[in-house]
Amino acid sequence: MKTNVFDMGKIDIAWCPGCGDFGILAALKQALTELDIKPRKLVMVSGIGQAAKIPQYLRCNYFNGLHGRSAPVAWAIKAANPELTVIAASGDGCTYGEGGNHFLNIIRRNPDITHLVHDNMIYGLTKGQASPTSREGFITPLQIHGVILSPFNPLSVAIALNASFVARASIHDLEGTRAIIKQAISHRGYALVDIFQPCVSFNHINTWEWFQENTYYLEDSHNSSDRNAAFARATEEGKFPLGVFYVRDGEETYGDRCPAYQNNKEPLYRRRLNMIKLRELIENMKNG
Amino acid sequence: MVKEISIVICGQAGQGIKTMEKLLSGIMKQSGLHVFSSKEFMSRIRGGMNSTSVRVSSRPVRGFVEKIDILVPLDPGGVGHVKERISGETLIIGELENIDRGEIVFGESLPVPFKDIAQEIGNVAYSNTVAVGVLSALVGSLREVGADYIRKFFSSKAGGVKEKNILAFGKGFDEGLSWREGAGGRRFKLEYSETVREDLLMSGTEGVGLGAIAGGCNFLAFYPMSPATGVGLFIAKQADKFGILVEQAEDEIAAINMVVGGWYAGARAMTTTSGGGFALMTEGLSLASMLEIPMVLHLAQRPGPATGLPTRTGQEDLLFVIFSGHGEFPRVVYTPGSIEEAFSLTRAAFNLADKFQVPVFILTDQYLLDSSYNLPPPDHDDQEVIPYLVKTEKSYRRYELTKNGISPRGIPGYGDGLVAVDSDEHDEQGRITEDLPLRKKMVGKRLKKLEGLIGEVIPPVFFGDEDFKTLILGWGSTYHTIRETLERIGVDKIGYLHFSQVFPLWPELTEYLDRAERTVVVENNATGQFGKLITMTTGRMIAGRVLKYNGLPFSREEMVDALDEEVRK
Repeated sequence: MKTNVFDMGKIDIAWCPGCGDFGILAALKQALTELDIKPRKLVMVSGIGQAAKIPQYLRCNYFNGLHGRSAPVAWAIKAANPELTVIAASGDGCTYGEGGNHFLNIIRRNPDITHLVHDNMIYGLTKGQASPTSREGFITPLQIHGVILSPFNPLSVAIALNASFVARASIHDLEGTRAIIKQAISHRGYALVDIFQPCVSFNHINTWEWFQENTYYLEDSHNSSDRNAAFARATEEGKFPLGVFYVRDGEETYGDRCPAYQNNKEPLYRRRLNMIKLRELIENMKNG
Repeated sequence: MVKEISIVICGQAGQGIKTMEKLLSGIMKQSGLHVFSSKEFMSRIRGGMNSTSVRVSSRPVRGFVEKIDILVPLDPGGVGHVKERISGETLIIGELENIDRGEIVFGESLPVPFKDIAQEIGNVAYSNTVAVGVLSALVGSLREVGADYIRKFFSSKAGGVKEKNILAFGKGFDEGLSWREGAGGRRFKLEYSETVREDLLMSGTEGVGLGAIAGGCNFLAFYPMSPATGVGLFIAKQADKFGILVEQAEDEIAAINMVVGGWYAGARAMTTTSGGGFALMTEGLSLASMLEIPMVLHLAQRPGPATGLPTRTGQEDLLFVIFSGHGEFPRVVYTPGSIEEAFSLTRAAFNLADKFQVPVFILTDQYLLDSSYNLPPPDHDDQEVIPYLVKTEKSYRRYELTKNGISPRGIPGYGDGLVAVDSDEHDEQGRITEDLPLRKKMVGKRLKKLEGLIGEVIPPVFFGDEDFKTLILGWGSTYHTIRETLERIGVDKIGYLHFSQVFPLWPELTEYLDRAERTVVVENNATGQFGKLITMTTGRMIAGRVLKYNGLPFSREEMVDALDEEVRK
């Protein structure tokens, strides 16, 4: 593979050989390079899990925080300094399980960030329990009679919340995944990409072959600005469509709406306390 | 001559007690009287029974007293609600049906048909302003001062509301004046001071909020919870003026993670919460400490466990705050005992958190936050807002090992370096590591900051006899009540230490404890938490404990009884 500015050189990577995460890392690095994003202006934010290790393997700023909590952190970084490119990346358990409430609310906030969710339908780091996206009947050492909960459908939830960009990729097609990630990063507003990936150590059902056989790309005729059509495709039975389901272009982002940026575009770190206004405020308190 | 008057207004939630308190306090202050007000209320929006106590005096007043000189019941249940506080000296003013003639013994009564007077003016809604007029006249305020205050207070209201309130005030004033000019009025003669008019009338909530703004806070994320919400509302109201980003988080977990993310990207961030909310934040507190990210956290205490008494007061979260969070890391806990300290310590918290890259707590309670008094305008320009940030170079390492444990703090996008932070144990670059000797170094680095923090400990305030036999120890909002008590009972052989910082604990405390024959802690909790902290830190036992945990603050009267008894032991 060609080298690029995000390469870390020779490092020890903690993922299992054959893991889908390697492909996602490659696709991401390629997309970032093509978009000419500078490492010093990029912040990768993650939670905890195998996927959440991805920032370690890119040369950029990063914040590897707590399990489930990458969304509020990513929002805050973008809110404090809109000049940064912010990408949150974590697994299905971290994002949809532990971080469920944060997932709903980051969509409502619509910050201009990209949210990559490595979706392998299993908990890898804790060795093979069910995840929110595990299919019904999926047997694990914990769900010994198979999963009896309905799987979480992140795309339909995101579309229901009118997310500004909703897509699904599958890493068995690295080239297609790269293209979708690139579109997501370029999109102005919150962009969700749920990325199917096999867990070669613990998920022996949803394998490389399984993803290849059970996915297909949305037709060119799919109208991604049609919310009802997007919802219908996100909830259809059978094989899983890939591609961009839903896009709202030209919508205001959190940064556009945030009162703190209406009269002042400076990131917070460049702002200074206005002592004259402070004196005025104190003076006004004389009147009780 | 009476040097002070204690006025209590009592009624249902939704009857406008809060507005009356604001009007009355403002008029008293503008008249040149020292004012202290505090309130107790139920956790409901309408109904129930709440009361506000307003102390007016010729001298500064800063604490809660039980006694009532003038009671204004706005409801037939009002007298019964405060019956323990009523004495043969109490004057009750109000609608005839609200002046209980039952078994409660009180002094005089002054029936005033607030509602009828208000109705004549045009709306029963003006009846509280009538009452404020009566009270203003009774304590000897000038009519013009009151009318002027009312005019300013209602200046934004249209449709004659301002004029009618002035009229209502005047009618009430006439009623009060005729009583004052009669025999009863001699009781309430106070001396007025010109300088009080130049004071601010500030609440504990405003003290914390103003302190945050003066400390350079430009990012606030929080989830509403009594009694901490007021600080958020104060800052939100000023946010446009000061360019502060305010976000209502989906929960407290999000709030603290937002604050951590905000600081990481260069904001000066704060959150405000109460015990239950903070319980959810402890994971994020531990995160901030591992990442060595500064943090300012205002925690307004209320009685627990769980939901407890949501609108009442207590000092039950001291040990929780000091020991919260998994793993071992340094922190600072400030416990302001006055509105002045609420301002100065919240302001100082931002620089301290930034300098040492540690969490700094402002631990208050409902009583302090919901109390107001007049105070001289705080010095706002004697402390600079110092961002302890470096512009990074290519070789930048976020966790560079240094002598004092503090690594220069860079932020992403400012300089040529990369800023990597990791909740896992990490190396100097911020990258995940399981190098165990390095792990030991990193623990040492984080804990090393405690030494520097001890050098910055705010010493307690000492009051009393340097040659003390009994040493009283208190923290937080008990300050003014203990101090006023000692002024009253005398300080012969009594010393008192008020701690506005409880962690790290003042290193010279042991010497003070050893000089005392007897030590006594005063706390608004059931188990004497500060006493335990002192024993744990110094190895010295505490002999006496004055504790209160029914959800109300100590009154001066009960503090007098309790300390009188303690110093005799």
